[in-house]
Amino acid sequence: MSDGIENTGANVSLQRRAWAIRRNALRMGEVQGQGYIGQALGVADVLAVSFFHALRFRPQDPEWDGRDRFYLSIGHYAIALYAALIEAGVLPEDEIETYGMDDSRMPMSGMAAYTPGMEITGGSLGHGLGIAVGAGLGLKRKANPAFVYNMLSDGELGEGSTWEAVMSAVQWELDNLIAIVDFNNQQADGPTRAALATEPGTEAAKWEAFGWFAQEVDGNDLQALVRAFDAARAHPGPVPRVIICNTMMCKGVPFLETRDKTHFIRVEADEWAKALNHLDAEVPL
Amino acid sequence: MIPSMSRRKGKYTPRKAPDHKLATSAMIASLDAEGRSTIDAPFGHALTDLAKRREDIVGLSADLSKYTDLHVFANAHPDRFYQMGMAEALLMSAAAGLAREGFVPFATTYAVFASRRAYDFICMAIAEESLPVKICCALPGLTTGYGPSHQATEDLAIMRGMPNLTVIDPCDATEIAQATQAIADTPGPVYMRLLRGKVPDVLGEYGYRFELGKAKTIIDGSDVLFISTGFMTMRTLDAAAALARDNVSCGVLHVPTIKPLDTQTVLAEAQKGGRLVVTAENHSVTGGLGEAVAAALMRSGAFVPFRQIGLPDEFLDAGALPTLHDQYGLSVDSIVSRVKTWLED
Repeated sequence: MSDGIENTGANVSLQRRAWAIRRNALRMGEVQGQGYIGQALGVADVLAVSFFHALRFRPQDPEWDGRDRFYLSIGHYAIALYAALIEAGVLPEDEIETYGMDDSRMPMSGMAAYTPGMEITGGSLGHGLGIAVGAGLGLKRKANPAFVYNMLSDGELGEGSTWEAVMSAVQWELDNLIAIVDFNNQQADGPTRAALATEPGTEAAKWEAFGWFAQEVDGNDLQALVRAFDAARAHPGPVPRVIICNTMMCKGVPFLETRDKTHFIRVEADEWAKALNHLDAEVPL
Repeated sequence: MIPSMSRRKGKYTPRKAPDHKLATSAMIASLDAEGRSTIDAPFGHALTDLAKRREDIVGLSADLSKYTDLHVFANAHPDRFYQMGMAEALLMSAAAGLAREGFVPFATTYAVFASRRAYDFICMAIAEESLPVKICCALPGLTTGYGPSHQATEDLAIMRGMPNLTVIDPCDATEIAQATQAIADTPGPVYMRLLRGKVPDVLGEYGYRFELGKAKTIIDGSDVLFISTGFMTMRTLDAAAALARDNVSCGVLHVPTIKPLDTQTVLAEAQKGGRLVVTAENHSVTGGLGEAVAAALMRSGAFVPFRQIGLPDEFLDAGALPTLHDQYGLSVDSIVSRVKTWLED
């Protein structure tokens, strides 16, 4: 299944990984009675393929220099990344109970100083891709063959600094840089497409015009994601790569999927258990 | 309504004749050497030498390498120079990324762009994690006649507000060279002001040597204590010499490290011998060395006669630098006359 992951259980399906990420995230949401659960459920499939198909890393040694770097610039997606890091064995499962608490290693917004596996401090959007450019340059200086991944959001495409990094990555031929855009078309005040013009053309066409190897996929289709990550890593050109993942917020929990979408999905106190029960009713192999 | 607007937009009437001509291009303004010996591009040469000894040093610029003296380094170590384009947010973020991979990046641009434009990127990508990025910026304070777009009159105030960041304003060529080495050797992030081009060399004759975080007495005096930073220490030394001819004895305490402030030395010197304390800086009177010293005095309960020399809290005029230094009170003559007035108060 994976050509890189070290020291994690083999032969676990990506469906099962995505299910576990969703379940971990829901349990964290239940602890606090809140959380960016819509984003976490939506991006779970992308994280499953990232961590359990694409990335090379050592769960017991999250700072191993040979690891692929994973930069989460969307700090509020921390709940989703914690869920993946727990499933990957980087974080212990019992810390789920501490999510967002005083003295927790898992604060609501991701910060590098707090959490093993959280590589950068996100939250102020539009930073991650620029840091990834610097890391890509640094890896090449060291002749380190690792990739640097930056997971960013569609809302972050409104930040000018993102496009500074987009141009520089092409200038420096950063073929070790893979951007993952979680495009759920939802930002704080409403739909992303209603805030800043994304037309003309598709999102992929825009990145291609800047010189990137761009793919746009259904971000909740595991097999499509696997093909896209494989193609991104294998692409022979000396160019950076982007995978635009069209995801559905709240994916996997039907009664939340149909709820009015907002940046911060409201979940009632009794609904966390209801959502978990739904997941537990059908456990993938 | 806004007084300066009428002059800026109104009919041209010379303030005095003859006005200073622009001695150099405003964009590459060297500080007026005032008959002193100078050293060319001290930052660029110091970094080049340092990089010969240290493989982890890299240099980045946002399209201003020639105007920050980083081009000297870029020519000597082309494989370690990163042109990030006219993109200061990227400059700081990419420097953070290189630091994450074990390098010690020197990121250069103008002080206005680092402080005003790139603040959030320095703050969150670099300072919040104490990454060893050294931000070295030309055109600090009033060192160009180009107008407010290039005059970083409030950069120290902005940068002092950032936790974890060391803030340095060196005086002369030798101090810039020494500080370049010192900031490479210190682990965290640093913001350092640069003088570029032909930079006067002044402090060597006093046996001075830069130490990070240390304020040092350059000359002693019994009537007035100048507490100065950056190139204003050149000016306070000249002012002290001029005042000595009128039998006014002035000491000069040079404070190149604005943050963390050497509070112990500042307080000890300020309370020694009942002198008039006069801070002097190439920066707005808001939020720079003067207010840092005043706050340190107040917090310690010290009460000393205190005056401040610095730029007004205004957007400054364009023009020739010597004219502007006279106009805004940074020139030696202006310092001398104000100190005499204050002593008579």
